[in-house]
Amino acid sequence: MIWEVFRQEREGAPFQHGGSLEAPDLRFAKAYAREFYGRRGESFALWVVPREAVEEVREPMVAEVFDRDYRRVDGYSLKGKLKEARGRAGTAATR
Amino acid sequence: MDAQELLRLADDEFILGWRDSEWTGIAPFLEEDVAFSSIAQTEIGHARAWYQLAAVELETDADALAFDRDPDEYACAPLVELRLIDDWAASIARRWLYERADGIRIQALLNSVDRDVAGLAEKIDREEVYHRIHADMWAERLRDHDLFSRAVEDLWPYALGVVSPEQRPLLCHAIGLEEVGAIERGNHTPDLRPLWEEMTMVRRSLPGATW
Repeated sequence: MIWEVFRQEREGAPFQHGGSLEAPDLRFAKAYAREFYGRRGESFALWVVPREAVEEVREPMVAEVFDRDYRRVDGYSLKGKLKEARGRAGTAATR
Repeated sequence: MDAQELLRLADDEFILGWRDSEWTGIAPFLEEDVAFSSIAQTEIGHARAWYQLAAVELETDADALAFDRDPDEYACAPLVELRLIDDWAASIARRWLYERADGIRIQALLNSVDRDVAGLAEKIDREEVYHRIHADMWAERLRDHDLFSRAVEDLWPYALGVVSPEQRPLLCHAIGLEEVGAIERGNHTPDLRPLWEEMTMVRRSLPGATW
């Protein structure tokens, strides 16, 4: 049986996927998770989850169907506009 | 605490750590290979700490105690000497019996009037918690298998030899078996010498070398 292990590095930090391991039951999985992801004090806490419990969501659920680029902010660059404005005003960039 | 008593603890942990490390690379599956090897290494770490305490008293160092004595001078219990490398059920049975016996011994040492001993016992006990979880989960999983119950039965007189006679009723209670004649420390099994030959091979190849 495959188990997915998530680690939390510090108290309050988000859990992140650490890796997976094989173990016959939850007890073994927890012991091995400790061995692989907690032995050196590198984790504050671990989540051990049977792989079957993880539901994967893919296209088309997570893909965009219509073009709605205008909703995104990553296309607007202020850098060029600022440069242009500074040129007009005759002031140099501060850094 | 008397140096000979410290050596009994150190030698048990050292020889068992060595025996368990023989499973590295050939345990039944990879996750267990890593876990078993790591436990073996921790036991050798505990041995080192006990040797260091004994070394102060004997005015030597931990390496000399671990590697420069003759096989007859080792004070380990016969249980840890046995070569069980082709028998996983017996190796797990030994781990389980040993952890239970060692747990009883460590518990007693926590109250030692010797503060170094009590302090070290407390540190070791924190790591042994994981060893006990590991041994117990395996023992429960294999409990109904003939190979395992037969191994426990075979090793039982050896296990009793790990603890002192006054601690044996506690071990009987922990394992759920009746007390039988223990295989005591003092006489070594034929398995010790070949182990010693291998274990001290490099050290003996260049006596007195610093590494």
